[in-house]
Amino acid sequence: MKSKISLLIAVLFFGWLSFCFSGHREASWPLPQFDGYLLSILILIGINIVSAVSLNLVNGHTGQFSLGHAGFMAVGAYGSAWITLIHGKEILSLMGVFVSMPAECLFLIALLFGGLFAAVTGLIVGIPSLRLRGDYLAIVTLGFGEIIRVILQNSDALGGARGLAGIASYTTLGWTFGVAALAIYVVGTLVNSTYGRGFLAVRDDEIAAEAMGINTTKYKVVAFAVGAFFSGLAGGLYAHFIGYINPEGFNFLKSVDVVVIVILGGMGSTAGVTVAAVVLTLLNELLRQTEQYRMIVFALLLIVLMILRPQGLIADFGRLLPWRRRA
Amino acid sequence: MNEFLQQLINGISLGSVYALIALGYTMVYGVLRFINFAHGDVFMIGAFSAMFGHSLIKRSGLVMPDWLVALVVLTLSMVVGALLGTLIEKLAYKPLRERPRLTVLITAIGVSLLLEYVGQLVFGAAPRGFPSLIESKSLGGFGSLQLSSVQITVVLVSGGLLMGLRAIVMRTRMGLSMRALSLNPTAAALMGVNTNVVISFTFGLGSALAAAGGVFYASLYQAIDPFMGVLPGMKAFIAAVLGGIGVLPGAALGGVLLGVLETLVVGYSKVLGIPSGFRDAVAFLILILILLFKPTGLLGKAHREKV
Amino acid sequence: MEEASVKLLELTDVTIRFGGLVAVSGLTFHVNPGELVGLIGPNGAGKTTVFNIITGVCPPTSGSIVFSGVSVGGQRPYQITARGISRTFQNIRLFSSLSIFDNVRTAFNLHLKNGFFGSVWRGGSFRTEEAEVRREALELLEIFGLAAYADLPCRSLSYGDQRRLEIVRALATRPKLLLLDEPAAGMNATEKLELMKLIQFTKERFGLSVLLVEHDMKVVMGICERIAVIEYGRKIAEGTPAQIQKDAKVIAAYLGEEASDARS
Repeated sequence: MKSKISLLIAVLFFGWLSFCFSGHREASWPLPQFDGYLLSILILIGINIVSAVSLNLVNGHTGQFSLGHAGFMAVGAYGSAWITLIHGKEILSLMGVFVSMPAECLFLIALLFGGLFAAVTGLIVGIPSLRLRGDYLAIVTLGFGEIIRVILQNSDALGGARGLAGIASYTTLGWTFGVAALAIYVVGTLVNSTYGRGFLAVRDDEIAAEAMGINTTKYKVVAFAVGAFFSGLAGGLYAHFIGYINPEGFNFLKSVDVVVIVILGGMGSTAGVTVAAVVLTLLNELLRQTEQYRMIVFALLLIVLMILRPQGLIADFGRLLPWRRRA
Repeated sequence: MNEFLQQLINGISLGSVYALIALGYTMVYGVLRFINFAHGDVFMIGAFSAMFGHSLIKRSGLVMPDWLVALVVLTLSMVVGALLGTLIEKLAYKPLRERPRLTVLITAIGVSLLLEYVGQLVFGAAPRGFPSLIESKSLGGFGSLQLSSVQITVVLVSGGLLMGLRAIVMRTRMGLSMRALSLNPTAAALMGVNTNVVISFTFGLGSALAAAGGVFYASLYQAIDPFMGVLPGMKAFIAAVLGGIGVLPGAALGGVLLGVLETLVVGYSKVLGIPSGFRDAVAFLILILILLFKPTGLLGKAHREKV
Repeated sequence: MEEASVKLLELTDVTIRFGGLVAVSGLTFHVNPGELVGLIGPNGAGKTTVFNIITGVCPPTSGSIVFSGVSVGGQRPYQITARGISRTFQNIRLFSSLSIFDNVRTAFNLHLKNGFFGSVWRGGSFRTEEAEVRREALELLEIFGLAAYADLPCRSLSYGDQRRLEIVRALATRPKLLLLDEPAAGMNATEKLELMKLIQFTKERFGLSVLLVEHDMKVVMGICERIAVIEYGRKIAEGTPAQIQKDAKVIAAYLGEEASDARS
């Protein structure tokens, strides 16, 4: 039974991949073209799912409260844009020597490069942060996020404070939700394995986890690296959707946006966080006309939630899903 | 040499502002063991209430000497800061007294964002000019060294406030209770210390200092906006960690040290080969280094977790 | 035959300082394979510190710790656990958000072959291993009468059952030596009797050595084969329960305490 499910997943995955490469350039792909505004909201939802689910692995499941998520997204966004924008033609021509590859191939390489680059950054941030707990860790990751932003602001090769413009719009619905599905699948299956239960053990009690033979250092580093990898992918998708990125767009408030999603969805609940990503992205759009109230609403939401329902609004959502209802 | 002295003076005046804010972080950390993220925004509110207080006095037509106006304005903003601080504690943090520290931290982030965006709604997002509370004149006379009256006043008044704080903590009954609470909350409560009152008082005192810091900062830079507290707040926190969190002299030392370091890095950016744009990264780099190599800070003592 | 004389755990001249405080000083003692040893002493004598030294939570300032012929001093706690030392905690430290089953399952971690990629890929070897872990964990829970509640949150267990779950979790790491830190704390007389049977049963069933820190003299005297007594971080006596009960130093160390300590 289970092997059939894996087979199904594999078929779906490769099907999706081949469709992504089928040369459709409309952002609405694989759906027929429709309202651009709705489309952009859908893509933003997908990107927010990716970043929230990955942040949740670090902040929720492993209990390492990080506030530097925007930094990883920035690395992914800049890393992938650097490939498609600046070195794209070189790489394409280089590959063209062997086979003529579609632009989607370049995008895939760019995304992976951005993700891996972000994962390496995650390692760099994760390793020194390991000794820290709770609020100290939060502030240090925030500091790392700020440092990444300042570095980008001061690097002329990447456009400095002006940022990078004219990034090709490779991001489609198919890509976005493909990556979102991958993120949900990886984080979801991971924490539901015996190995992955170690992340939760680290969160609950580090000393007991060590005493039970769990290498807490390694778990934290893995969480940071995997979380950063997917944040990097989210950043890459974002860059190739908006077409323009600048360092200021990845400041502390961007991290807070994602943190709010994770907290609302319930730290450590992948299903809850996915739903929260949808709800909050929509809420964001609804409040766009009253932009100045948006952050006030979010701030109040955080405070009230922490006082009344710290486990999140929809943390138990997963239990409602039919296939999760086991004895 | 003169340039170095100049940078040093600029650094110390900025550092004394950091020190004032850092004290609030450290005091709250001492009694409650959490980082009051909203502290930097109390600093911002302090600056704004000084601005409004000043224009109120000017419009009321009362004739007062400049120093008295400055004193009234400073006192007013400190009172507003103290009230705001205690209010925040009562509404947002007190219900979470027994909860995990992370819950409180998230709430604090929420409070911080709330103050910033309500501030933006009320005051507008654009920076506003801050009135000169004291006449800004150059007290030059040491070669090319530029000493402004504002800088000197800021350093002196900050020093005075630090002395006042020290007297409160070391000489008064309330100060004794604060120290007792930071050593052992349970034992302090058993010995008849009213923890709620002491915590409120600590928040009030720390917030009053932050508000004063806001007034000084605004006086130095002459512009204020709703987000002005974010970076100085974080840097002051770093100063508190640098000095050893929970240790009052540490916060003062860390504040001045950070102010000087930051100013020197910017002033000598060409010599050091660091673009001056890295100014804000300096503080975070210091934080990371100090947490890695001496997590207890310069004057702090180690704590162990009991197994 | 050579094997039997080899000591399982051997501490030689172990000292630990916290700042100026010498918590354990020059401690030398050992546990033989298959032995049940008690470590007793007045409050604050340094018993839990000895546990923390052995398990690597607090590396000793000086001295050597040898387990199964390998020096483990200075190793990280998880490495020491992997060598075959497991423990329970004085103040119960279960993984509070996990179910009873997951608490046990997590402790199998160090024996897993499937890491990050295996757990995400979910291939055949992963599925076999997960099934194996599940079977073994449930078997352990079954032995201790907890299998029926496997999917409940561990917080829902009674105090005594939580202590038992801690023992099950410790056993899941497949230890050779089990350290129990005050397992009888907070138990009534009947529960203590049950606990004594449980400890002896566990030792026999899993072929373990046990090192027991305990305040309750009835429990210690009732099950331990050998007892070491420490006071102010130093060993003041060692011997069989009968010898210890007659030891003048031990009586002196405990007399004042026994009179005021109504617990035992």
